[in-house]
Amino acid sequence: MLSVQGLGISFGAHEVLRNINLQVPRGQTLAVIGESGCGKTVLLKTLIRLIEPTTGKVLFDGQDLSKLNMHELAKQRTRFGFIFQQAALFDSMTIGQNVAFPLLQHTELSEAEVQQRVLDQLADVGLPDSVIDKKPAELSGGMRKRVGVARALMLNPELVLYDEPTTGLDPIVSDVINELILRSRRRYCVTSIVVTHDMRTARKVADRVVMLYPTSRLGVDEPQVIFDGPPSELDRTEDRRVVQFVRGEAGARLMEMRAEASAAGY
Amino acid sequence: MSSGSVISPKTTETPAKSLLVDWISGCGESFLSMVQSVGDLALFSAATFAALFKGLPNRKTLLPNFYQVGVLSLPVVAITGTFIGMVLAVQSHFQFAQVGLESRLGAVINMSLVRELGPVLAAIMLAGRVGSAMAAELGTMRVTEQIDALASMGANPIKYLVVPRFLACLILIPTLVVMADFMGVVGGYFYSVMIVGIDKHQYMYHSQAFVGGFDLFIGILKSFFFGSAIALVSCYRGFHSEPGAEGVGRAATAAFVYSFILILALDLFVGMFLDTIYLFWNPGGSKLF
Repeated sequence: MLSVQGLGISFGAHEVLRNINLQVPRGQTLAVIGESGCGKTVLLKTLIRLIEPTTGKVLFDGQDLSKLNMHELAKQRTRFGFIFQQAALFDSMTIGQNVAFPLLQHTELSEAEVQQRVLDQLADVGLPDSVIDKKPAELSGGMRKRVGVARALMLNPELVLYDEPTTGLDPIVSDVINELILRSRRRYCVTSIVVTHDMRTARKVADRVVMLYPTSRLGVDEPQVIFDGPPSELDRTEDRRVVQFVRGEAGARLMEMRAEASAAGY
Repeated sequence: MSSGSVISPKTTETPAKSLLVDWISGCGESFLSMVQSVGDLALFSAATFAALFKGLPNRKTLLPNFYQVGVLSLPVVAITGTFIGMVLAVQSHFQFAQVGLESRLGAVINMSLVRELGPVLAAIMLAGRVGSAMAAELGTMRVTEQIDALASMGANPIKYLVVPRFLACLILIPTLVVMADFMGVVGGYFYSVMIVGIDKHQYMYHSQAFVGGFDLFIGILKSFFFGSAIALVSCYRGFHSEPGAEGVGRAATAAFVYSFILILALDLFVGMFLDTIYLFWNPGGSKLF
């Protein structure tokens, strides 16, 4: 369904992604893990052309997104759902207006139908009707995230992209979000890509895990994807970098950081 | 980006030479970044016009922007206009009294007011009030990924966010300039006639004799350019805001500074252009209408 071919992203002289190749079949839930700053979010945004690739291309159902004009791209984007790290709700609108936004943009439904769909969608993510008239600033982080999920799933997308869905949430709310990811997959059979550094999320929701490594610490010819396999393989891999990340051990990395800092003259 | 990242000083170079190389590369980088910004702003403006001609945004998107730009700016513009009129009267009276031409004050105050100072100072006030606010709002939307969220849902952020603000500035800033002009005329009259005691018939006669529709037209035409410049520059700075509170603050400041410079530059060039046309059609220089 989604094919990433030789993707590279650079911002000026700073290379963020290098020669990424990924095939994501329909119905799969892929978790992309890696430490902060390794380019996970940039990869996710490039998949719907919020960032233009420097090299390589992204094919969605065989179609190269960078070849589409803005009108065609907007149409294709309705087949995606994107859940942003901080939910990215429009703070000038109420929760109801936020969730109704995709419907008002792309459908001709009557006001009553939109209202009903919004209420159903909010109930689906476990939020009461009373939130509908509130502003995003009045809700907790977990509630905002759920509103973000409700808004992203409003048009029944085929591919859902989650950017750090559980970051900054308490363990219970994190698990609520994990359950939502699993449920949307069971119910609508969507394909999902979940960018996270929360290993509980990766293990719980994913069929497949891909780990990215920062290009700044890679050799010239080393691939940036240092792990690609089912979550169960994570404990059996011998790659020291993957093991450290999965177990959350600073150990050797701390030594490296000190060496980097002293080399930089701090 | 620091200049050192482009050409790093080599250990074999003398410090003076490396400083010179750094300075030259720094100048080059600043120049390139300036050219790039101008090009980006031109593309941004072209995208705004393209979105505008494809269809107007709906009422629900337009009205809040019209309210923000128009209604909420009314008091400050009225106060600005009144003071411009009175300050002009104070200055002109001081100078004209020395040559015994106080009775002509109406002509000079109202001419300066409707052609130059009314539109320019009202536009500068609006660049501060409206432009900075737009840049800060859009900058916050950029750094909190709300603009990305709009695009991810298949909406066109330029059509949704920039076009309504552009239309509000394009239509309402000239309207507010008319308001500033009116208040300026009242302020000038008040100071000259009520405080200094110039004969009101003389004041009115000279105002009407020297200030014509063309003078008012020039001022209002300029304000269409000022309104467009404020909207485009401020929205552009907001859309390209750097992350963090500092980035948004810088976007708001830059929106005002660049709007200010553009207003002055446009004032000069549009003024020169219109005067040339005026003299071409009317070589004698007498009043057209």
